[in-house]
Amino acid sequence: MREGCALVTGASRGIGAATALALAEDGWPVGVNFRSDSDGAERVVGRISASGGTAVPLPADVADPGAAEQLFGSLEERFGPVLVLVNNAGVRADGLAPQLGDDEWDLVLDTNLSAAFRLTRRALRRMVTTRFGRVVNVASVVGQRANPGQANYAASKAGLIGFTRTVAAEVARRGVTVNAVAPGFVETEMTNGLLERAVKEIPARRVGTPEEVAACVRFLASEEAGYVTGTTLTVDGGLSA
Amino acid sequence: MPATVTKENVQETIVEAIAKLGPDPSEITPDATFESLEIDSLDLVELAQVIEDEYGVAMKSEDASRLQTVQDAVDLVVERAS
Repeated sequence: MREGCALVTGASRGIGAATALALAEDGWPVGVNFRSDSDGAERVVGRISASGGTAVPLPADVADPGAAEQLFGSLEERFGPVLVLVNNAGVRADGLAPQLGDDEWDLVLDTNLSAAFRLTRRALRRMVTTRFGRVVNVASVVGQRANPGQANYAASKAGLIGFTRTVAAEVARRGVTVNAVAPGFVETEMTNGLLERAVKEIPARRVGTPEEVAACVRFLASEEAGYVTGTTLTVDGGLSA
Repeated sequence: MPATVTKENVQETIVEAIAKLGPDPSEITPDATFESLEIDSLDLVELAQVIEDEYGVAMKSEDASRLQTVQDAVDLVVERAS
């Protein structure tokens, strides 16, 4: 096992929590970042500890430009370099484009895209010198197909997919991979109330689980996925097939 | 704690860091260009990281793009760190 650790943003619930648990099962000490749900983060840390893993809760709003240094400083001191970064923290502020406010645009872009950039930039410094690193960005099928009412969210997720491709090409020769997953409809608090009418459009006729997305992140973060980079793995029950 | 900044030890640090990126140490003279040493932009990112760790001098991408030779890098660090 390499000396180092994993950081999962927005890991107090949903896909982030499932991903933190999956990476801990693979032996990584995990930084469980959260913004407001400290109880959720403590539950995730508790579950990881109970199964013999190592995890720490890390409060920070990733949209804050100072968050990257704070999170990485804290993890590097305890566990060494962050060799797996999962940019999962995300927010929604829906509305049709003619009615979207600047604040709703900025909030979503800052959290979903700019934060991923700042965290990735910070992570790559060590990954490149270590000659190993895994960055996985949690995008969305909404970054690849229309979803009226989510212009801001779609722009942030499409941006994340473009960012993933280019950064992957920049650092590939140092053994660092950068990939994205694009979940479709997944049962989380973020999607509460949205899913019933969506199910009939999904070829699999059901919504996904956070664990199904986490399994894909876990693969992309693994040693075995060393030749997979710059790609977006769609996890949507066939929705965009 | 940043290392002491003298032209000699900055040069030593930089030559050592460049050597780890592949070139033969005998070729890493002050006048050698990064191009001739086959040091590319990503290598310069790594070099910048070593410099920041050792001397607390942050190198931005516009700084890196101005550097042509090993001596340019040494001069930049000495100037910024003193």
